[in-house]
Amino acid sequence: MSSIEAPTPPAPPAAALSVLRAEHITKTFGGLVAVNDVSLDIPQHSIVSLIGPNGAGKTTLFNMLTGLYRPTEGRIVLGERDITHARPDVITRHGVARTFQNIRLFGAMTAVENVMVGHHARMKAGLFGSIFRPPWVGREERETREHARELLAYVGLRKPIFDRLASHLPYGDQRRVEIARALASQPKVLLLDEPTAGMNPQESQALTEFMRAMRDDLKLTILLIEHDMKVVMGVSERVTVLDYGKKIAEGEPAVVRADPGVIEAYLGKQA
Amino acid sequence: MSELRAQLREWRAAVDKRLPPWSSRGLAIFFIVIGIVLPFGFGSSSAFMNATIIALAYAVMSLGLNIVVGFAGLLDLGYVAFYALGAYSLGWFGSGFFFKAQIHVLVSAVASTLPGVHLNFILILIAAALICAAAGTVIGLPTLRLRGDYIAIVTLAFGEIIGDVAVNGQSVPVGGGMTLTAGNLGISAVDSPYFPGIGSFGLLDLRPWYWLIFAILLVVLFVNLRLRDSRLGRAWIALREDEVAAVSMGIPLVKTKLLAYAIGAAFGGMSGAFFGTYYTEVNAGQFQFGFSIFILAMVIIGGLGSIWGAVAGGLALGYINNYLIPDVLNTIPAKLGFNFQLTEVEFGIFGFLLVIMMVLRPQGLIPERRRRLELTAEIGAEDAQLAEAPPLPGGVT
Repeated sequence: MSSIEAPTPPAPPAAALSVLRAEHITKTFGGLVAVNDVSLDIPQHSIVSLIGPNGAGKTTLFNMLTGLYRPTEGRIVLGERDITHARPDVITRHGVARTFQNIRLFGAMTAVENVMVGHHARMKAGLFGSIFRPPWVGREERETREHARELLAYVGLRKPIFDRLASHLPYGDQRRVEIARALASQPKVLLLDEPTAGMNPQESQALTEFMRAMRDDLKLTILLIEHDMKVVMGVSERVTVLDYGKKIAEGEPAVVRADPGVIEAYLGKQA
Repeated sequence: MSELRAQLREWRAAVDKRLPPWSSRGLAIFFIVIGIVLPFGFGSSSAFMNATIIALAYAVMSLGLNIVVGFAGLLDLGYVAFYALGAYSLGWFGSGFFFKAQIHVLVSAVASTLPGVHLNFILILIAAALICAAAGTVIGLPTLRLRGDYIAIVTLAFGEIIGDVAVNGQSVPVGGGMTLTAGNLGISAVDSPYFPGIGSFGLLDLRPWYWLIFAILLVVLFVNLRLRDSRLGRAWIALREDEVAAVSMGIPLVKTKLLAYAIGAAFGGMSGAFFGTYYTEVNAGQFQFGFSIFILAMVIIGGLGSIWGAVAGGLALGYINNYLIPDVLNTIPAKLGFNFQLTEVEFGIFGFLLVIMMVLRPQGLIPERRRRLELTAEIGAEDAQLAEAPPLPGGVT
């Protein structure tokens, strides 16, 4: 297994190694083409960044990969499975988890409960199991709670605030809980939508290292939307650049950074 | 003031810590025993007994609606539909209404000689729960793609539809000269609950009725408590808090929402079946829109999303509606020289209570633990931290 996987780039566009693949996907909202014929190939065990100016279609692409939007055209493949038209909860069960650009925790639940919700897809208790609570359901509940606490510790939340309401946590801790909640679904692919938004340089640096640690500890593949170029260059093995819904560049960070098209998209055409 | 509150919180935490682990179970048993022996303290057919029975049945409905509105956050304004369907389940399966049929299952000797469908009350209770769960699912389906106020409008419409079907059902033939409902004439002569070894319930001794509805309440309460602290309960609350995040965490939207509708409806149906037999009649005139609002008011006054709140709200409005206003305070305006009775302005009183409640205690009588945390705990803690913050530079203390 590990002999086949290339842990470092350059990753060849070999289909066999890709864990999540978008093939020529397009999304239109009325007349607006938000994502235009974008193909994306995420190799197993890699960290891939998706960058581009505001409104380039990055989050729309995320929403299609996680099933919140249906692509107008194209195909999305997870491993061997076509998930183009799958529901979000089914996609989660098959191993894709995400965080949101503007944190979306369940405000009236505690940090631990939030993470327990993340484990929903891996639990089995149904209506009657919940009502009659046979021993295996009790065990499942206890294990889920324990697992949630472990995950919160793993993402660096301090123990005393485990049982605080999510809406009362400081901003940075909310980001942590969101990552723990996503991890609780035991994903193969983790999608992070601007995880460093609102962080200072030290925190961003810490998160960069944490992303690598997560990838190695949990055998994850990470797709990242990010604006902070320092983070992008520091962490990603591949970078894909979107502009006006189109893919304008793709490749290793250093190559993409030097690409004239990318510079133009970010800085405008030089007169 | 805030110091006093912090002190109280500390004491409470200390008391909680010192209580043995079985204390909450012991407390529950204590209250159940109190509930069982309570009727011996009152006349067996007193007005208070009657009001208590109705209040308990309201509490069951309130618990059902709380699952839909409180847990899953789906504002349902047509809950009366399940009261109606539950009551009609009793009318259909526990009376001579379908006079061509001859079905008798575990009923009293008298009932087993009569024409019609006569099932044991427990079977009717189960049938009512199943019929209402199915109806709840059907009503839930068109609301799945809707949010907030729009759900309220669709459910309101369904409540009205069921009410109209009940009124006009006497012109809907179901074969053999029989009709779907008896409209405003009502299905009368319904069976009293009968249990082998106990006999039929009579209308002179209300105690058996009390124990029956108390037992139903305990069952419903147990199911509520179990569901709240389960995978399903968490999924409902997650959907209420943020639908997009919830489905992205692997919660199936359709199944989870429909389960909330179905279970909430089932409890409404059980209470409806009880009311059917207790009032000895199933009349289409009972199922008015106002009743949906009345049940919703119980949930809100009790504390949205709180199980004990739903019980408290149901009991409170039940007693006010059926005891305090008609039996205790009704003649007060007359004594003061006004030319009306209090029962004539009861909706005005409820409206006034709701407004007072929303101003003074918006979280309800017994707020949900989360909401309590949201509204109080953290503010106190942050204030305490502020007080401990180091003094500002520049000598300002």
